[in-house]
Amino acid sequence: MPRYLRLLGVQLRMSLLLSMQYRLEFFLDALMSAFWTASAIVPLVVLFGARRTVSGWTWPEALLVVAAFTTLKGLLEGAIQPSLGDVVEHVRKGTLDFLLLKPVDAQFMVSTARFEPWRASNVWLGLGLFAWAFRALGRGPTWAGVGLGAALLLAGVAILYSIAILVVSLAFFVVKVDNLIYLFISVYDAARWPASIFRGGLAFVFTFVIPLAVMTTFPALALLGRLSAVHGALAVAGAAAFAVVARVVWVRSVRHYTSAGG
Amino acid sequence: MTEAPLEAARSTRRAGARAATVIATLLRISFAEAIAYRSEFVVWILTTNTPLVMLALWSSVASEAPFGSFGQRAFVAYFLVTLIVRMLTGTWVVWHMNAEIKSGTLSQRLLRPVHPFLVYASDNLASIPLRGLVSIPVAVIVVSTVARSELTRDPVLWCVAPLAVTGAWVISFSSMLVIGALGLFWESSIALWDLWFSLYFVFSGYLFPLAFFPRPLARWVAVSPFPYTLSFPVEAVLGRLSRADAFTSLGVQWTYGLGFLALALWLWRRGLVRYSAYGG
Repeated sequence: MPRYLRLLGVQLRMSLLLSMQYRLEFFLDALMSAFWTASAIVPLVVLFGARRTVSGWTWPEALLVVAAFTTLKGLLEGAIQPSLGDVVEHVRKGTLDFLLLKPVDAQFMVSTARFEPWRASNVWLGLGLFAWAFRALGRGPTWAGVGLGAALLLAGVAILYSIAILVVSLAFFVVKVDNLIYLFISVYDAARWPASIFRGGLAFVFTFVIPLAVMTTFPALALLGRLSAVHGALAVAGAAAFAVVARVVWVRSVRHYTSAGG
Repeated sequence: MTEAPLEAARSTRRAGARAATVIATLLRISFAEAIAYRSEFVVWILTTNTPLVMLALWSSVASEAPFGSFGQRAFVAYFLVTLIVRMLTGTWVVWHMNAEIKSGTLSQRLLRPVHPFLVYASDNLASIPLRGLVSIPVAVIVVSTVARSELTRDPVLWCVAPLAVTGAWVISFSSMLVIGALGLFWESSIALWDLWFSLYFVFSGYLFPLAFFPRPLARWVAVSPFPYTLSFPVEAVLGRLSRADAFTSLGVQWTYGLGFLALALWLWRRGLVRYSAYGG
């Protein structure tokens, strides 16, 4: 375990050194993130400009969902997508061999290969949105709410990561899947809305198949003190199960891998 | 005396015939490429799912009570037509240009005796039949089901619609060419595309009908190019604008489109001088 922590430290330092060379990127990314967050909020402003509640959600409550969405998006773009996006390329070129030969767990290596701290400005924006939402609510969250909310956000990260691993595992079977990640990101965009707004089939898909509801709506509900402990525990358990499935699929996929070299 | 104009006419005809052959060949190649990478292509098509999510969202909102002048049925029609227009006019040429400029593969393209813009355009147009696989069933659903009553009955607007969709494609494509050509000057030009796209998201009517903007803001939006890339053709099909407005919009749209195209051509010529300087 300490070995892996040390390795993580090394990988993080490498990524940081690399990204220090592209400081302008930080400003560009911060600017772009601000624009995209604003564009995510505009429909909400329009909607709540005419309505007091939508499916039982008020404006500051819906803002909490956007905050959770933005925070997770920052983590997805800064920590998950960069390294896992590279795996697809490694599989195609056969350079994954170099990673598999190392005497450490391959999933750990590919998952920590590249962090892009500059791409994570959304995390700060998301935290800012949380603060804004609670100001608009006129009250702070309870400590229990914060604890449960944080736990659920972590569960959300685990789900995002697991889905990314599942998508990347496909690369061992289908050659060109780099755009599957974009497909997933485009679906994730729907998570900026409180899940209860969606009805019927879409509600089912967003809760159980691609659990967007668990990622962003549950943390918001937890912060509001409206999520029961049972639901919270179920969500965390579901995320853990997701991670286990992803692990199993990854191990089986790697076994399927025959490098391009033969 | 009559020889010279006759000869001129003949050579123009030859040049025209040659151009037609070139374009037809380009389209055939592009279509074959689109077919070859069909599974990848289908995934790209599926990434355009925002209109469907917005449809679910707004029609659920309207199920409580109509929102503005839009009832549930109107939202269904609006977002399905939005999806169709987006499918017919969507392009991603800026990514191709950016990648080719960065990796230097643009050099191969420059060796060919055809303007690269023409090749990019044929790549884009040839993919429309495949994208039609998605949009045409949607169109049939719109026409044959509940949303039928939301479509315009004005034949003039139906004549405007194809021109408006074509114009929307010209604006989308040319604005991408402008930003792509800027890649010859500036390494991070793709960030500019990101900025443009985030504005497009909000001001083109992609997320909600532009009528929902407060009036003073709506006037500014109408001057920007964004409504003409999506909202205008959609509203023409839905009959949500008057004939006079439709003709004005058509004029503004094509002015923007051809203006962007001229700008892109100019930037491209200026930029290529620099490119050959470091491309080797």
